[in-house]
Amino acid sequence: MQPQGYGQAAPRGLDSTFAALADPTRRAILARLASGEASVMELARPFAMSQPAISKHLKVLERAGLVSRGRDAQRRPRRLEARPLAEATVWLERYRRLWEGSFRRLDALLDEMKAVQPRREPAAQRTRKRRR
Amino acid sequence: MNDTEALEITTPTEREVVVRRLFDAPPGLVFDALTKPELLERWYGPPGWTLVVCEVDLRVGGAFHFVSRREDGKDVGQRGVYREVARPGRLVNTEWWDDWNPGECLVTTVLTEQDGKTRFTSTTLFPSREVRDTILDSGLRNGAPALYAKLSACLAARA
Repeated sequence: MQPQGYGQAAPRGLDSTFAALADPTRRAILARLASGEASVMELARPFAMSQPAISKHLKVLERAGLVSRGRDAQRRPRRLEARPLAEATVWLERYRRLWEGSFRRLDALLDEMKAVQPRREPAAQRTRKRRR
Repeated sequence: MNDTEALEITTPTEREVVVRRLFDAPPGLVFDALTKPELLERWYGPPGWTLVVCEVDLRVGGAFHFVSRREDGKDVGQRGVYREVARPGRLVNTEWWDDWNPGECLVTTVLTEQDGKTRFTSTTLFPSREVRDTILDSGLRNGAPALYAKLSACLAARA
């Protein structure tokens, strides 16, 4: 995955995206940020979690390129970065389209294969010829 | 859409994803199409992707490696080892990805003859609920924003 100018540490690919998403608190943080940027203090409040604890989660999300810091020097609000999630979504969408699109091509291939093979698979080769 | 094309994807347990499809061909041909590189190259992978690596050592303990390449050059690689090879009705293999190995997935593919056609059922067992949830979004549903709606829809969709 290319850095695409995040201004943070370059995301390390799907690995870090999925690792970041694998924690329920981090998913909830992302959910909150989807409705708008927030400071660490604002993020900590609904979790009844200390700010250092929330900051740990934010670091993981920032390293994965899912969250960036806004410019307000005092508040340093965190923002959701959609592109890695879009990449992950594309990967998952690929999983669904992998099956649908592939199977349509497999249908066409199977039609070709049937055309050059008998409808019913031949029995094991007989080495004896029937004598009449 | 006729019967042959209906693709069903379900999640019967917290670690599994099941894909079902009917093919208008006998099981032997479908099995070959799933396991022979010269045939896999003809269909495997979504639109816009090409199978650039396709290695299959079809025997118990043999390995496979597929790399699909997107038009912009992005590669996704899958590899695994065959546990059961029973043409034409059964194929069992492990699977993981070149760029992500959270633990092996176990893929069980069963082909059943039905009036000259083949009922294909492929079950992927993920190493943990967490990995399956990461793939499927089921753990993201609580309070998830609209952005995650795509993730959750993915494998619950029916074509």
